[in-house]
Amino acid sequence: MKTKKLLKSVGINSVAWIISIILITPLVLIFINSLKSSQAAAEMSLRLPDSIHLENFLTVIKRGKLGTAFLNSLTYSVFSVLLCTLTSSMAAFVLARNRSKANRIIYFIIVLGMAMPINFIALMKVMQTLQIINTKVGIILLYASIQTPFNVFLIYSFVGKIPRDIDEAAIIDGCSPFRLFFSVIFPLLKPVLVTVMVLTFLNTWNEYILPLYFLGSSANWPMTLAVYNFFGMYFRDWNLVCADIVLTSLPVIIVYLLGQKYIVTGMTAGAVKG
Amino acid sequence: MATRKNYPAYFLYGALLLYVTLYLLPGVIGIGYSFTDWSAFSDTTKFLGFDHMFDNYIKAFSDEKYFGYLGNTLLFTFVTTIAKNVLGLALAVLLTKKVKLLNFHRAVMYIPAVLSALIVGMIFKSILNPADGLLNSFLKVFGIKGPQWLTNPKLAFWSVMGVDIWKGMGYIMTIFIAGILSISPTYYEAADIDGAGEWQKFRSITLPMLAPTITVTTVLNVIYGLRVFDMVYALTNGGPGYATEVLYTGIYKEFGYGKYAMGTTLSSIMFVFMVIVGFFLIRAMNRNEVEE
Repeated sequence: MKTKKLLKSVGINSVAWIISIILITPLVLIFINSLKSSQAAAEMSLRLPDSIHLENFLTVIKRGKLGTAFLNSLTYSVFSVLLCTLTSSMAAFVLARNRSKANRIIYFIIVLGMAMPINFIALMKVMQTLQIINTKVGIILLYASIQTPFNVFLIYSFVGKIPRDIDEAAIIDGCSPFRLFFSVIFPLLKPVLVTVMVLTFLNTWNEYILPLYFLGSSANWPMTLAVYNFFGMYFRDWNLVCADIVLTSLPVIIVYLLGQKYIVTGMTAGAVKG
Repeated sequence: MATRKNYPAYFLYGALLLYVTLYLLPGVIGIGYSFTDWSAFSDTTKFLGFDHMFDNYIKAFSDEKYFGYLGNTLLFTFVTTIAKNVLGLALAVLLTKKVKLLNFHRAVMYIPAVLSALIVGMIFKSILNPADGLLNSFLKVFGIKGPQWLTNPKLAFWSVMGVDIWKGMGYIMTIFIAGILSISPTYYEAADIDGAGEWQKFRSITLPMLAPTITVTTVLNVIYGLRVFDMVYALTNGGPGYATEVLYTGIYKEFGYGKYAMGTTLSSIMFVFMVIVGFFLIRAMNRNEVEE
């Protein structure tokens, strides 16, 4: 009986390791090759580098114009996160608290956006009309817009868990709607807001379809598009491409490791009735 | 309490302005444009006329090329949804057992999901390289000559789906883990007393208790699959030929050729379909909430 248990334990542990290794190998491959010379990286193998070429990273930052791209990505992510978190939380708060017929319809239409596909071509027309095509402001507004449905959905269900008594006490004390929301409710929403911010940040950082359609000038490109363009030009220098991939993915992996708890909460919200 | 005064409608304006102008409106006016001859080659856009107003739609469903986009999109959705559900569930069951370094494994298996699909596509372009890619080099060790993963028209789409499953199953796994952990352990304890085996416990407890979670993961996978663009664009960009072209990469090509009316027609087909599906899904989900 004991040996059987031990065998089972060894079995499931080895399976877990095998799967983890299969899933992580591609990333290890990229990391190892980002440190190699161009010749050594040509075959893209898992062999460890003979000599470490850290200068690859400097080369791609210079040649791939990663500095500008990094700042662009940061600008898009930070501003769309701030804008979308603010507008979504205000809307979700009122929609959750005042469930009038009109508000229920509005909530329904917003949440429907989680399934709705974007019509990029007609969107181009709208952006031309608003004169925000090919601009940083336009892209930030777009990112804030496409994340609105999911964020409203998440925050709405969280507002429902905050007792109404808190609102009523604040209102009796003479709080205006703004005071009530920003001083009383906003701090209570912190867990869900962190989730929303982390997810919006990751999605914006990883996204590249919107810039592909709506940012013609390479000076406005985010890191994803810059790395793809770099790949097109330097596809023979895999060491450089790998270094570029490492630099582009690093912020995402750092945010993931720091915010893992919040990501899992957000991803599983609604999926599991708790 | 005066609800309307304390929860004013102007709190909604910001979100509504963003959502309606940049998300909803393009979808709606896109349907309007699908009845026109809108293109990059002419300054004017004309209504096709009542006799011909559905011409773009007829073309979308009769032209072999466009019909192929629709077929590929559905195949992609079907295959990846099933594979991610099955593999994600298997991984979740594994990682809710007594595994050492549990959190390490969970974190590692989730990492592909946080990477950009564009990056994952580039990585796998190298790994699937037929001559010296990692996968074929590995197969060579066993004396197997690996195929042309991304350039063989019969195989390319399956390779794309494979990479997408590799990237997406960790996300589905995470949802299933949360689902399994919310099942009360008393069920399993009772089953243990009755002498149930692992498979029996899975069949009779885990699976039925996870039914609502499986619904959600299926919905998420279907929505993702129908809208897929990134992975296909990065790996094959629809090629070879149209072998891996899905609706959204096809729409991007129409956009590139300046055939705006056709692009917006393909988008509108998807839009109407998804709105109808979404309508019933959300209603069904709301009903569950009310019942609780």
